[in-house]
Amino acid sequence: MGRFYNSSIGKKFFVSITGLFLMAFLLVHLGVNSLLMFDDTGELFNQAAHFMGSNPIMKVIEPILGIGFILHIVYALIVQIVNWTKRPVKYSKWDQKESSSWASRNMIYLGAIVLIFLGIHLVNFFFKIKFGTVAPITYADGVKMHNSYALVAELFKNCTAIDVLYVLGGIFLGLHLNHGFWSAFQTIGWSNNDWRKKLELVGSIYALIIAIGFSIIPLYFLIKF
Amino acid sequence: MSDKNINIKVKVWRQVDANDKGRFETYEVNNVSTDSSFLEMMDVMNESLVQQGKEPVAFDHDCREGICGMCSLFINGRAHGPDTLITTCQLHMRKFKDSQTITVEPWRAKGFPVIKDLIVDRTAFDKILHAGGFVSVNTGNAPDANAIPISKPAADEAMDAASCIGCGACVATCKNSSAMLFVAAKVSQLALLPQGKIEAARRAKAMVAKMDDLGFGSCSNTGACEMECPKGISLSNIARLNREYLVANVTD
Ligand code: HEM
Ligand code: SF4
Ligand code: FES
Repeated sequence: MGRFYNSSIGKKFFVSITGLFLMAFLLVHLGVNSLLMFDDTGELFNQAAHFMGSNPIMKVIEPILGIGFILHIVYALIVQIVNWTKRPVKYSKWDQKESSSWASRNMIYLGAIVLIFLGIHLVNFFFKIKFGTVAPITYADGVKMHNSYALVAELFKNCTAIDVLYVLGGIFLGLHLNHGFWSAFQTIGWSNNDWRKKLELVGSIYALIIAIGFSIIPLYFLIKF
Repeated sequence: MSDKNINIKVKVWRQVDANDKGRFETYEVNNVSTDSSFLEMMDVMNESLVQQGKEPVAFDHDCREGICGMCSLFINGRAHGPDTLITTCQLHMRKFKDSQTITVEPWRAKGFPVIKDLIVDRTAFDKILHAGGFVSVNTGNAPDANAIPISKPAADEAMDAASCIGCGACVATCKNSSAMLFVAAKVSQLALLPQGKIEAARRAKAMVAKMDDLGFGSCSNTGACEMECPKGISLSNIARLNREYLVANVTD
């Protein structure tokens, strides 16, 4: 088994399964976040966020998610750094326009941009909510919870630069996933000539949903208020 | 096809031996028929270099009919030049324009060191095959043709995989210099058939280990190899190799 962890395919296997896990998380995350746009009093989103934050399953999943991110980044970096050493003398002319997509060749840069965005995103919301500088609010059911809605709405309404940043974050994440989705299935061997076309199509639709979905939320607050 | 002649400049990689640093040199080649092949143009260029008392450019070639895979040239940024599903010997000069400068480089990969000029050492591929690209059978009379039934789709896919000529264009074009398409073809052509299934797990592990040892990168699934492969070897073979390799590691 030791051989497997160090093999080229083994390392890619971990990039793939962590990537698949992160992609599943993104759908749930987008699902909850989209509630921001369906109730301008904020109760719907706050209740949902409170439910996600307080139920025991999510308490287990949260650290797994953190580990998933770290493993994905570490393995992707190892794979990439090793690959950078495999062509010691470069071509003077190297033309890939017709043979591969731009995103597929630049996953590391797209990933790095996503990582920078992730850092800013955690500072904007996650750390504030987690380590409590957010005002509490109590609804009719008497449960006290963070007014996360106010935090998000405040930021997105007032700071155009942040809105632009989040739209860009959505777009780069979408590009990463436009290649990443089908690639993850190919890496675990779950593809053939028929499935490839289907996976690429579903991957593009998924990437589009993620990119548009996450971009539309800051724009909603910017334009409506 | 109208016979047209063009004048071109060939910017070509010159390297005395494996230890030489190497450099580009540019030669003018005039009156090249657009109906000639790229290698014929190289021959004309070399003739004139010889006449000028210069060393001709060394490049690999053998069959000149697209089946041996020797003609490994990286032309204007693409393995086997600006056309698909062909080797360099099948590339025509009609793909180029008058007064164009054509850049010709050897395959660039850690696993394929340059021997001289445009010739690279591809024995790494042979070593990968030695590691597992075979079936262990007792010799003797040829078995009866239909003794082992094989489904038509499996036979077709195995045959497609077997059409790999070991040219190395997949490695040359890959951003990671990965040999996955080659190894996948060589694993698939056997793994799809009953005779090859017996040793499938051992084969996948041994060939992947060899491929990693010999300096080839891993697969980012960009698909460039499939597009530049002269035989159109499908990426689905790489999915099969991944499957074979994962299963092999789970089962023991
Ligand atoms: C929510 C965030 C992310 C998701 C959902 C995600 C998803 C994926 C998926 C599904 C793949 C395809 C795996 C495969 O080819 O088998 C992938 C590949 C990759 N990811 Fe991410 N990723 C994310 C963030 C990142 C970050 C932050 C980095 C930072 C460096 C990164 C770097 C890479 C690289 C370099 C590859 C390609 C590896 C290769 O094949 O050469 N990703 N990602
Ligand atoms: S897979 Fe295609 S490109 Fe690679 S060695 Fe075989 S024939 Fe050449
Ligand atoms: S010389 Fe044999 S394939 Fe080109």
